[in-house]
Amino acid sequence: MPEKPDRNAIEVVNVSKIFGSGEGQVAALDTVSVSIRENEFFTLLGPSGCGKTTLLRLIAGFDFPTAGEILLYGEDIAPLPPFKRPVNTVFQSYALFPHMTVADNIGFGLEMLGKPKAEIKARVAEMLKLVKMEALAGRRTSQISGGQQQRVALARALAPQPKVLLLDEPLSALDYKLRKEMQIELKRLQHETGITFIFVTHDQEEALTMSDRIAVMSSGKILQVGSPRDIYDRPAERFVADFIGESNFLKADVVGVSGGRATVKLSSGTKIPASLPDGFSPSGKVTIVVRPEHAQLGAASPSASLSGTVENIVYLGTDTHFHLRLAGGEPFIVRRQNSRGAGDGIVQGGQIGIMIGSDAAQVLKD
Amino acid sequence: MASNFSIKHQPGFTAIAATCFVVLYLPIIVLVAYAFNAANSTSEWGGFSMRWFQSAWQNVQVIDATLRSFQIGAVAAVLSTIFATMAALATTRTAPYPGLTFKYAAINQPLMVPEIVTGVALLIFFSRIKIFTGYSGLGYLIAAHTAFCIPFAYLPIRARLENMDLTLERAAADLYATPWKTFRRITLPLLWPGILAGLMLAFVISLDDVVITEFVKSGGQDTLPTYMLGQIRRGITPEINAISTAFLLLSVAIVTLFFFVSRKRD
Repeated sequence: MPEKPDRNAIEVVNVSKIFGSGEGQVAALDTVSVSIRENEFFTLLGPSGCGKTTLLRLIAGFDFPTAGEILLYGEDIAPLPPFKRPVNTVFQSYALFPHMTVADNIGFGLEMLGKPKAEIKARVAEMLKLVKMEALAGRRTSQISGGQQQRVALARALAPQPKVLLLDEPLSALDYKLRKEMQIELKRLQHETGITFIFVTHDQEEALTMSDRIAVMSSGKILQVGSPRDIYDRPAERFVADFIGESNFLKADVVGVSGGRATVKLSSGTKIPASLPDGFSPSGKVTIVVRPEHAQLGAASPSASLSGTVENIVYLGTDTHFHLRLAGGEPFIVRRQNSRGAGDGIVQGGQIGIMIGSDAAQVLKD
Repeated sequence: MASNFSIKHQPGFTAIAATCFVVLYLPIIVLVAYAFNAANSTSEWGGFSMRWFQSAWQNVQVIDATLRSFQIGAVAAVLSTIFATMAALATTRTAPYPGLTFKYAAINQPLMVPEIVTGVALLIFFSRIKIFTGYSGLGYLIAAHTAFCIPFAYLPIRARLENMDLTLERAAADLYATPWKTFRRITLPLLWPGILAGLMLAFVISLDDVVITEFVKSGGQDTLPTYMLGQIRRGITPEINAISTAFLLLSVAIVTLFFFVSRKRD
């Protein structure tokens, strides 16, 4: 894959959005800053009410920020109405025009831009082909299925060749299988068109599958921005670790920091290395996170990082979850991929050792 | 089984329902039947004939009043629908604010104020204007009809607007449509069935009005209903029945059309 250029398509600078006034004031966005690079698939991920949709609406122009700037290739677009922004949106409800055909829907943006008829026709044909909807060009949008409507909505938003495409949870209305297909499809479309995508979702799996980079949001703030692997392997905060994937949280004491890494002492007295969030230099008591598949099981011996009792064994086909109770009383889960063959002698109620490798633990900021 | 409660199986249900229908429709049926009476009476049957329809059709006064009714109805319906559309847009395309309910009430005022009060008020008001301007044409009747037709046009339009997905207008704006183009290309086409329904309802309401028209009209400005009222004072012939029957057919036709138009989705 070609190296992505380092130009920023969108820069959000200290943007706040406050709804209501006086006592009932709610900050939907609280001094948020983020840069979205040209040509990347960028995802805003977070639970409902975290401000991700508000940020998308500010970029689209359906709402205006209380404070801050939104730059599109360096130009402040925050005060512009939506019809003056070279940015298009795929809506959660698709919002296809019910009184127009599929082709007229796709051509609408170009028509409003005053493009010549021949150009519109060619571009609509190209878009229909891109989303594999050539056969249904003359249909009313009420006569096509949900998945097809989704494709038309995509084609309609892509047709005017926007500088940035905004996608507001577009897959949430589709069933599981179609959603999987569309995830791959969206990735393909982004690659083929080379347009910057900003995708809003509350689904961590969707975010991990499709994104080049993810911004995890909570309570009107961006907590962490990084590649899916960064976010998953090196969560900076407890919320991020908790929201994405499964996590084991352990109390630990920092005994040394050097070169972006720390040595921490676990409750068992064992010292293990742990990575640190960027620019974070902790001391004293911290929480560390270990992903269930990043820890190994072994015999209960002094060489193990931790030891505990096996409380439950859950067999899931591809892997097995071992629910453990540590000596200090905290729960701990280890996930292990299964192979064929007899069991390994781990039984419920037995004592067991847990090994935490040299690059398995991450210190959290909170 | 009697375990399911059904209003239809309560004692007296059939009798009450039948009585209601008889009271509602029997007088109309009698009226329509006597429109075809060959005799001069509206109560004694003298055989079947179309002569009263013929006589109404050739009655210059009837033709004159009918044309005037249509003229006033058409202009008032169009004007009131335009105002109602603007009012409906203004009262739905906004976040609720204090005073909005009051505006609903103000728009629907003609539904609440007794017609006779409006009639008297307009009579006094217009007579002053007549003195000042010297104008005594159909304008007064048109203005009065437009005013009381507005709520009837407003209601179906507002209902349609409230059911419309606001994201559609947002999507149009997102696709570079200016507010005016969004209105013309998205809002108006989707609102069209509501506007047509409002237009037809307003037309029928205007056609049917007696009280306000009676107060506002100048000499020689009879509409069909006020003409009929005047005729009845001089003694009734089956010609009135024939005119009523034609009027009934027209109203039923328009209301049926209204029903189909307002039922049409998308």
